[in-house]
Amino acid sequence: MSGLAHYLEDEGIPTTLIALIRKHAEEIKPPRALAVPFELGRPLGAPNEPDFQRRVLQNCLELLEEESGPALADFPDDAPGADVDQEGWACPVNFAAPVADMSDEELLTQTLLQEISLLKPWYEESKQTRGGRTNYGISGKAPEEIPAFFASLVVNREDTASPVEDRPAPLAFKQMADDLRYYYIEAAIARPDARVSDLEIGNWLWGETTLGKVLVEIRDWAMESENKGFKALATTAMVPTHQRHRTKHG
Amino acid sequence: MVHLREMPDHLREALINQELPEYGDTPWVTPKPLNECRVALISTAGLHRREDPPFTPGSADYRIIPDDYDMDQLVMSHLSTNFDRSGFYQDVNTSFPFDRLSELADEGVIGSVASRHYSFMGATPPTVMEPIARDLANVLKADNVDAVVLVPV
Repeated sequence: MSGLAHYLEDEGIPTTLIALIRKHAEEIKPPRALAVPFELGRPLGAPNEPDFQRRVLQNCLELLEEESGPALADFPDDAPGADVDQEGWACPVNFAAPVADMSDEELLTQTLLQEISLLKPWYEESKQTRGGRTNYGISGKAPEEIPAFFASLVVNREDTASPVEDRPAPLAFKQMADDLRYYYIEAAIARPDARVSDLEIGNWLWGETTLGKVLVEIRDWAMESENKGFKALATTAMVPTHQRHRTKHG
Repeated sequence: MVHLREMPDHLREALINQELPEYGDTPWVTPKPLNECRVALISTAGLHRREDPPFTPGSADYRIIPDDYDMDQLVMSHLSTNFDRSGFYQDVNTSFPFDRLSELADEGVIGSVASRHYSFMGATPPTVMEPIARDLANVLKADNVDAVVLVPV
C-alpha cells in the first residue's frame, strides 16, 4: 500500500493512506499515512459504524492539508466493539463431530453436502438481512457442486482432475475453497446481534466442521506436493495463520 | 487474520518484520485545498464487480469500480486467508468506504468524488505493480482526480 503511494505521488498524484501495520509505514515512508489500531481486514475499524468510519476517513483525508512530509499520524481510538466480551457467539447450527475417517471419499462428500444443506437456511437468512448481498460466487460453482471435488482431493490428492475447463486444479480448488468458506461464514454470522471475531469464526470453521478438517487435510499433502500450484497455495493461501496449529507443517 | 495482538508470536513477528522494498526519498506533491479536491479510492483488498474476473495468484493489475456501481455487489477475491472478512461481509464500507467518501463530499469536507475507483490485490508485491501503478497515475490525471486515498485490507 505504502509502495503504491510512492509510485503515484512520484507521478504527480497526491496520496494519503490508512496503515494497518504502523512499522511498515515508518519504514517505507509514504507521503501521508494514518496508522490505525484495527484488526487486519478492517481498515475503517468496524462494520455498520458509519460515524466512526467517517471519522477515520476524514482523519486520513486531512493529512492532505499537511505542509510537508512524510506525515505519519495516529488514529487515537480502538474500533467500536474491540473490547467487548466475545464469549457469546455460537454458530446457529450444531454439527456432529467432523468425519474422522479421511479415506472414505463417499462419506466425505455426503458429510460436506449435509453441512451445506444444514447451513443453507442461515446462509439465505444472512443474505436477506444484507439486502441480498453475498461474497459467494468467485468460483462460478454452486455449493453443492464442490464437495465431490474436495473429497477426491483428500483421497486422490493431485491426481484429481480439475472440474473446471481451462482452469488448473489448484486455482479451481482455491476459488471453490474461498467460496465455501464465504458460504459457511456468512451463514454462521447470520444473527445480526452476533459480534464475532475472525478468530472465533476460525476456531469454529477449522475446528468443528468437516470442511475445516478436509481443508487441513488437503493443505497437509499440498505442502509436500510436487505440484507447484498446490504447493504455492499451501504455503500462504490455504489456512489462516491463527489456525495453522491444526496442520502438520504449522 | 485477527488483530495483530491475537496472532501467534512467530507469525506476527514475521509479518511485521518482513523484508520491505526500498523506495528512496519520499515524493511530495502539494495538493489543492481539501475542500476542492476530487478524490478517488484505491483499495488493495482484491475487490471487483461480481461480473469481473477474480484476481489470481500473481495478479498485478487492477479492477475498475465505477461510482454508479451498486457497491453491495462488490466481491473480494484476495488470495490471503490472513485477514478478517466478516466485517466486509456485513458492510462494504468496512474496507471500501465509498459511502463515507460520498458523505464527506456532501458535507463539503472534500470537493467531490471521482467517477472511477480502483482495486488491486495486495498479495502481489508492490514492486511488481510499479509499471501498472505509474500508468494508473495518468488515468487518474485524465479523470481530473486531485488526490487518492489508499486503503489496505
